[in-house]
Amino acid sequence: MNAPTVNGGGSVAIQPPADTAARAVKVDIRKVDFFYGANKALKDISLPLHENEVTAFIGPSGCGKSTLLRVLNRMYDLYPNQRAEGEVLLDGENILSAKQDVNLLRSKVGMVFQKPTPFPMTIFENIAFGIRLYDKPSKSELEGRVEDALRGAALWNEVKDKLHTSGLGLSGGQQQRLCIARTVAIQPEVILFDEPCSALDPISTAKVEELIDELSAKYTIAIVTHNMQQAARVSQYTAFMYLGELIEYGPTNKLFTTPSDKKTQDYITGRFG
Amino acid sequence: MTDHTVRAYDRELETLGQRIAEMGGIAERMLSDAMDALAKLDVDLAKKTIAVDPRLDALQREVEDNAILTIARRQPMAVDLRECVAAIRVSGDLERVGDLAKNIAKRAAKIAGEARLPRGIVGLKSMHELAAMQLKDVLDAYAQHDVERARAVWTRDAELDALEDSVFRDLLTFMMEDPRNITFCTHLLFCSKNIERIGDHTTNIAETVIYLVTGEAPQIERPKGETSMVKR
Repeated sequence: MNAPTVNGGGSVAIQPPADTAARAVKVDIRKVDFFYGANKALKDISLPLHENEVTAFIGPSGCGKSTLLRVLNRMYDLYPNQRAEGEVLLDGENILSAKQDVNLLRSKVGMVFQKPTPFPMTIFENIAFGIRLYDKPSKSELEGRVEDALRGAALWNEVKDKLHTSGLGLSGGQQQRLCIARTVAIQPEVILFDEPCSALDPISTAKVEELIDELSAKYTIAIVTHNMQQAARVSQYTAFMYLGELIEYGPTNKLFTTPSDKKTQDYITGRFG
Repeated sequence: MTDHTVRAYDRELETLGQRIAEMGGIAERMLSDAMDALAKLDVDLAKKTIAVDPRLDALQREVEDNAILTIARRQPMAVDLRECVAAIRVSGDLERVGDLAKNIAKRAAKIAGEARLPRGIVGLKSMHELAAMQLKDVLDAYAQHDVERARAVWTRDAELDALEDSVFRDLLTFMMEDPRNITFCTHLLFCSKNIERIGDHTTNIAETVIYLVTGEAPQIERPKGETSMVKR
């Protein structure tokens, strides 16, 4: 017979690990409303994006998560009849103000889209193009920055021997990392990812996720994703949105294990949406 | 709770719950049969009880396999994930309850030919009554996701510990009175330990129910008899 051991007796008072001390707020979204014409697509959204952390936005289609992302670099300015109200503070400056230089803003807040969007140029030019928009580096400096960007996007080893072939010849996953390299090349402070893996196979997805993890050491990251497991894997904070409202925002570990709101619970467990 | 969009997912989780309920029924039955066999020194009943155990083992494997499949297939989140983890844990505890009941049955068969000492069984019967009630309550709490009921079970385990202490003292006295009682009483001592450990597994299940519903383990130390003579 086994020595008597107690299965139920020990203390179970295990404290949950304390949240990592919240880092500085890089982007502070305050009471933002957004309109497509008369249609109000975002309602009174307030939440922070913490510096060097990944914040994920989840929610069913049409909940406003991509719209919110588009507010953060004023992508909506390109379209008539779209407007945002409220404040978005980037390092304390309201980027929604009319005085904001939108080109400067977009150099600080880069964006990666759902489908890879390489330009119809060589791999090298895809990246050099963006750098030249903001800078006039020497040839050798330019080459260095292109290499750094490609390394930063974990693509260098795969393309270093064919830098002067078309970017369109790369696989989907490589194209997406090329777009990330292009974003990284102009040394932004914030990177927005809008469903960056939805067109990628699982291995390419894993590579992009690994990359997001590495990039978060240098950049503040926001990611919109339909893949909840992905949100749970890559982010430190998660915001759940529904019908243009922010339903719940908090540490990812909490939101995916013990959400406070029933709507969040129903959504993440696949009960609606 | 609202149903899943994918109905097969609901069915998988329901099946887990049903198998646990079945395991609970078998474990309860094994315990009461083993105690009957002990009280009446009924070798046949003891053997029948022992023969049921493989069914419980098979069910535990089934619950584990199914829970793991659901995790792999659906990547459950939040309460669904806890449902899978809870099923694995509870099935493990119930399987152990069955083992401990089986051990009581084995001892009943062994001491059937020994000198009888009916008063030696009295304390064990009280322990069994309490343990059986606890087991029933915790299974209900699991089935109904009833945290309050689980907490009550969790707190009440101290009573079972106290009863075990008094049984321990009684049996010690009987052995000192007449050394011919020693073999018989030693077996009973192990039986009382088995019941106490069934109580511990019941407490584990109560903790699992609390975790399942709230997402958190109980945060306070469980009350225990500090002056216990029996080392736990």
